[in-house]
Amino acid sequence: MAEETNGTGVIHSTAAELAAAIANGETTSVAVTQAHLDQIEAVDGTINAFLYVDAERALEQAAIIDHRIAGGEQLGPLAGVPLALKDILAYRGAPTTCGSKILEGWIPPYDATVTKRLLDADIVILGKTNLDEFAMGSSTENSAYGPTRNPWDTSRIPGGSGGGSAAALAAFEAPLAIGTDTGGSIRQPASVTGTVGVKPTYGGTSRYGVVAMASSLDQPGPCARNVLDAALLHQVIAGHDPYDSTSIDAPVPPVVEAARSGDVSGMKIGVVKELGGEGYAPGVEQRFREGLEILAAQGAEIVEVSCPHFTYALGAYYLIMPSEVSSNLAKFDAMRFGLRVGDDGSRSAEQVMALTREAGFGAEVKRRIMIGTYALSSGYYDAYYGSAQKVRTLISRDFAGAFEQADVLVSPSTPVTAFPLGEKVDDPLAMYMNDLCTIPSNLAGNASASFPVGLAPEDGLPVGFQVMAPPLADDRLYRVGAALERTLVDRWGGPLLSQIKEIAR
Amino acid sequence: MSAHVSQARVVDFDEALERYDPVLGLEVHVELNTASKMFCGCSTAFGAEPNTQTCPVCLGLPGSLPVVNAKAIESAIRIGLALNCSIAEWCRFARKNYFYPDMPKNYQISQYDEPIAYNGWCEVEVPGSDGTVETYRVDIERAHMEEDTGKSLHVGGATGRIHGADHSLLDYNRSGVPLIEIVTKPIEGAGEKAPQVARAYVSMLRDLLRALGVSDVRMEQGSLRCDANVSLRPGTDAPYGTRTETKNVNSLRSVERAIRYEITRQAAVLDDGGTVTQETRHWHEDTGATTAGRSKETAEDYRYFPEPDLVPVAPSREWVEELRATLPEPPAERLKRLSAEWGFSELELRDVVSAGAVDLIEQTVAAGASPQSARKWWLTEISRHANDAGVELADAGITPQQVAEVQQLVDAKTVNDKLARQVIEGVLAGEGSPAEVVEKRGLAVVSDDSALGAAVDAAIAANPDVADKIRAGKVQAAGALIGAVMKQMRGQADAGKVRELILTKLG
Repeated sequence: MAEETNGTGVIHSTAAELAAAIANGETTSVAVTQAHLDQIEAVDGTINAFLYVDAERALEQAAIIDHRIAGGEQLGPLAGVPLALKDILAYRGAPTTCGSKILEGWIPPYDATVTKRLLDADIVILGKTNLDEFAMGSSTENSAYGPTRNPWDTSRIPGGSGGGSAAALAAFEAPLAIGTDTGGSIRQPASVTGTVGVKPTYGGTSRYGVVAMASSLDQPGPCARNVLDAALLHQVIAGHDPYDSTSIDAPVPPVVEAARSGDVSGMKIGVVKELGGEGYAPGVEQRFREGLEILAAQGAEIVEVSCPHFTYALGAYYLIMPSEVSSNLAKFDAMRFGLRVGDDGSRSAEQVMALTREAGFGAEVKRRIMIGTYALSSGYYDAYYGSAQKVRTLISRDFAGAFEQADVLVSPSTPVTAFPLGEKVDDPLAMYMNDLCTIPSNLAGNASASFPVGLAPEDGLPVGFQVMAPPLADDRLYRVGAALERTLVDRWGGPLLSQIKEIAR
Repeated sequence: MSAHVSQARVVDFDEALERYDPVLGLEVHVELNTASKMFCGCSTAFGAEPNTQTCPVCLGLPGSLPVVNAKAIESAIRIGLALNCSIAEWCRFARKNYFYPDMPKNYQISQYDEPIAYNGWCEVEVPGSDGTVETYRVDIERAHMEEDTGKSLHVGGATGRIHGADHSLLDYNRSGVPLIEIVTKPIEGAGEKAPQVARAYVSMLRDLLRALGVSDVRMEQGSLRCDANVSLRPGTDAPYGTRTETKNVNSLRSVERAIRYEITRQAAVLDDGGTVTQETRHWHEDTGATTAGRSKETAEDYRYFPEPDLVPVAPSREWVEELRATLPEPPAERLKRLSAEWGFSELELRDVVSAGAVDLIEQTVAAGASPQSARKWWLTEISRHANDAGVELADAGITPQQVAEVQQLVDAKTVNDKLARQVIEGVLAGEGSPAEVVEKRGLAVVSDDSALGAAVDAAIAANPDVADKIRAGKVQAAGALIGAVMKQMRGQADAGKVRELILTKLG
């Protein structure tokens, strides 16, 4: 079975392979789960992808699944496969910190809808993965629990905010992971770790139980090491949820079918003019162009499209997002859950609240709360939040216009490859630039994904290829991703991740 | 902060009205009686054990999301239609960001610039100077939806207020209960009637909401709360003066008193050459005065923005028309109709309304009693009992059907009026149905000739002087003998029969 995929063992198998092997009795969910727990034990001291590992519950869950399979039950296509859950989704009974000190010790009494669907699909949850505090950041350096390291080069960032989920995949600690994407937090880490990350159409997956950063932008999605695994996971977590008013009541697009087909002949692929040019690393540009050539060779038509308002996307995003942040994070007031500082009977509730927030929130979170509070305040609302919403509308129109000329739009996922830890920590604006390509999709709510497209020649680090599709056409992402993967895996002589060096312990 | 020890200087109300024209603005909060909360499925039942009706959504737990209760939207639309409002074709919820200890998310989901209902009007009636009724039109600015907060309980102090309390407990059962806020446009031109107009408006709203069946409208339980804005200006052509907002006035009488007080207080401030401060004020029932709360300088910036967790509300026109078609008869019109049908005088009707007996009388009449008899029983015997017990008339312990039954016993001469009072007393005391009370207490009138005859003979024997007078033709003296018979038979004799017997025997 999986031994052959990569020559090194269970943990290098794909999720689809593992599920098949568990289903036909070649191995067990317990064995697969244990193998991943062993890998976590071996490498996570270096990587720091996990904030919390629940080995006991995972093995218990795996044993139940094995028992049911042994009893002849037919389970779902990912049954028994382990998964890493970003620590911003509620998982009943497991600590949920959002990478923040302010939620230290909080254990949600309920499951997020995505979590529930994973459990219902008999996927084994290994634990919770590291992230930038409340998903704010592009490097996972803003976590109150220390940065996650990129398995390709542990002196470098794994991307953010879902760096923990992406690193867990690249370090073979889990074959599947869940991320959330507000401005690129699934795609950007996928890009710099050589993995697949998909931001579904806004409303395509439920936000219920995902601790809100910016409600109108957040979207949970699948993270995997290959296109089919991502599609299988997408199929499990997507679909209408009556507990989320913004959830779309429409059938899930045929993502698995698209991932299996990979047929792009006749597809019109639009290269977004505004998402290229200066500021892009040469290796990123080179691999992106090669990606286009591969698609063209398979019969796709490459066209150039213009989205003139994308220039303003970053500015609009950094007003809308912090505005919503300032409101969403108001509930962290030390009164009902998480951290409480200074409650010694000598201080007022307001003072306890202020001390707790001072100690519990990190610098980036405070910065965004302040920006958002300012942008929403009367007298500035029209100039900032109001204008940003207008820009958002213009960006949606840009997309609508571009999708009349092309079936999907493409760009590099990030302007540069993984940068060294600490390099941009003190320069928030430089950090924000890293989400340049991913942000427009969040503002417009359409579907978007990042697929590995090779290593940049200059530094040997992964480059991501971004594909954007109209709302509810998520299947097109997988079609393009599968077409790229088919050619590239042949060219590389195996998955990109087989080229990763062994992680120093 | 022992707040209201010193009262502000006030001037005489009538004097104040000679110099100033009051302008009012009323904001009424109505708790809807939907079975579940505004944004989750939790129960809204009043009086449950603290925090037994909560979930991640109404506790504002991280990750939880609101979903709109369609029934609350329906109630909002029906209220809007009953107040002659336009119903928005498309509107949104907004977040009102402020800190409040009872509010779990530290923002309230409300509506801001896009209310579901707007531009309406209604009419209220107040007594005119010459005994007639004057009608005022009150324009409605908007009616919008929002969620209620939880409740704090301050423990350890003497007063139950936060000051001096040892600690505070929070009950989130009320958190997320649907509210409708109805806001008037400035009410001008009421002059010295302004406090009465305000009271009549809140009273009218209460009747209307009750008729719509959308709220329990119990002011004492806080399901109907009024914030009263008052400002004074030197004349009806002058621009509006600075207003104050008196919060959470929760009885009809207090609405009138609080506004009256604010007018006299503001008049004194202006008379002294001072300026009225724009602020919220608190009404104190015990002192009959208002005290200052938050001023405009420290007023919060609510940082409203469209609620991103909820999709817009877009009620279809068909639905709105369906709801319009099922609106109940407006209470004022219904009252006029019933009054005409019942033939009540103006005074009789006013008593019935103020006793809250309109529905009860209507049901009693429907059960077969005459309007006058129904009015009589509800407003005398039963009303007295309800007052003594401190309950609403409807909760006194007798049904309209039973009252009609009592009247039928009277009509059938089974009991007379005096005995009927005892029957009602028995029913109220829980002794059973009217027929059962008659049976148990042995209250039926005696009209059996032999039994009555013996009693009459005894009365004649005991009162020879009276008997002689009657024999001499003074028929009116019979009353004394009837009284004697009645006394003997503990009121249970058929008075007509007794009279007949007396006259026959002495004739």
